[in-house]
Amino acid sequence: MKAWLPTFLRALLCLVLIAFLLAPQVFEPLLKPLVQPNAPAIYNQGSLIDLTLLHLRTVFIATVLATLVAILLAIMVTRPFGAEFLPLSRSLVNIGQTFPPVAVLALAVPAVGFGEKPTLIALFLYGLLPIFENTLTALTNLPRSVMEAARGTGMTDFQRLLQVELPLSLPVIVGGIRLSVVISLATATIGSTVAAKTLGEVIIAGLQSNNLAFILQGGLIVGALAVLIYDALTAVEALLSRRTGRA
Amino acid sequence: MIEIEGITKRYDDTTVVDGVSMVIEPRTVTVVVGTSGSGKTTLMRMINRLVEPTFGTIRIDGEDNRSMPAHELRRRIGYAIQGHGLFPHRTVAQNIATVPGLLGWGKSRTAAKVEELLALFQLDPATFADRYPHELSGGQQQRVGVARALAAEPNILLMDEPFGALDPIIRAKAQDDLLAIQKHFNTTIVLVTHDMNEAFHLANKIAVMDKGSVLQYGPPAELVRAPANTFVETLIGETERPFRLLSTGTACAAAEPGEAEGEPIREDLSQQEVLAELLWSGRRAAPVVSAGGAPMGRVTLEALVKRASRLQ
Repeated sequence: MKAWLPTFLRALLCLVLIAFLLAPQVFEPLLKPLVQPNAPAIYNQGSLIDLTLLHLRTVFIATVLATLVAILLAIMVTRPFGAEFLPLSRSLVNIGQTFPPVAVLALAVPAVGFGEKPTLIALFLYGLLPIFENTLTALTNLPRSVMEAARGTGMTDFQRLLQVELPLSLPVIVGGIRLSVVISLATATIGSTVAAKTLGEVIIAGLQSNNLAFILQGGLIVGALAVLIYDALTAVEALLSRRTGRA
Repeated sequence: MIEIEGITKRYDDTTVVDGVSMVIEPRTVTVVVGTSGSGKTTLMRMINRLVEPTFGTIRIDGEDNRSMPAHELRRRIGYAIQGHGLFPHRTVAQNIATVPGLLGWGKSRTAAKVEELLALFQLDPATFADRYPHELSGGQQQRVGVARALAAEPNILLMDEPFGALDPIIRAKAQDDLLAIQKHFNTTIVLVTHDMNEAFHLANKIAVMDKGSVLQYGPPAELVRAPANTFVETLIGETERPFRLLSTGTACAAAEPGEAEGEPIREDLSQQEVLAELLWSGRRAAPVVSAGGAPMGRVTLEALVKRASRLQ
């Protein structure tokens, strides 16, 4: 495969996505064959671009919170004072992952009401594990000689963390964030079952009115976003790896 | 001066270092040799408190090394290790500037020091300052590692098998460079190795360790002539003894007045190298010259043979 082809395909996907969000009517003839004669082919109960931005916002907030908590937790359990909590924190974070997101929503609604909040809670819990696991792996697998040298030069524990451990762990941490974002992008769609404004709304509307075009456009936008964000973060990760001399 | 007094390190029931006492003179190179597991690295790491002793005291220039926080102590002591341990995410210049940065040196002072050290280690600042460690060869990485250890002008430099990862040709050069650097800065160097050739090449004094104890501590020639026990004898190598003796002296020390034919020999070569040169060129004597080329007499085969003998 030619080297420029993947870049070209990504750029094309990005352009098509933007075009579809800005002017969905243009694509109507393409989706028309999928629906019954009188049904609308383009989602008509709200603006697709608004829903996309809200979807991204929800994922963004949940990921930022999950990143902060997961990294802090991983830092804590890799310090001498927190080592005892390593098994406990591992199982806590694992539970977050094994709990079905729908169940989290069902449990969160009575507590915080309908809307964006229960979705944020589900996405937050769901996003913790990949970031936590990756940060933990990175922090516990730093090159021995480098850590030894960091101690030998007279860095305090905190200086070692900020100047050596975290910068060297960054590529692997970004890898965890990447996984977490992609999981959240997909999972956020079910937030619409509890009235969160996400692209799930389009899919649910399609399911309720038996409109294949709605389901398809909701799903494809989420899919395209996931591919593009995944690729972008992979590029960031590669850049960071090169800078830390590990590539 | 480093005074080690009754130092013991135990991990649970295992005694790694067992009641070691020794005094390391300032501005000398002291090499600690021993097999792996002899406790030599642990002993050295207790000097800058990377390991805390179970019993005993270490005084540096008369001051207990526990009289200040460990990280401050380490900033005053250079530390170079096998596999260099350079920070992969920092450039060569940033790596060297690590300890000055921790000590809060100004920008210009740090930059000047980095430049000085790079030049001293024969790394062109313009070419190397902004490179990352993975872009350097093994020998260059090792030199940057030592430069980083020396950046804050420490009185003491601890080295843990610093040349272990280098190939033989680069290693010999690195050892010579280290001796030149030691003369330049007058640093007290404590070096740990299991390579006897390296020990004899570098050391003013050698400490032989086995099973946590120092078996013998003295100048290299003393170890050869009067080994404390069979372990020291075996470590030095029976068939190596005369050559080890010669390796501890320079051509200058063996020179005598007189003339000789052929290619002159530099005064700073070891007597072992001079012997090799004489044997190889089939001469019975060779003229000795100073580094500047001034004649300094000659070295004869007879003089070397005499020096290589235990009777001398």
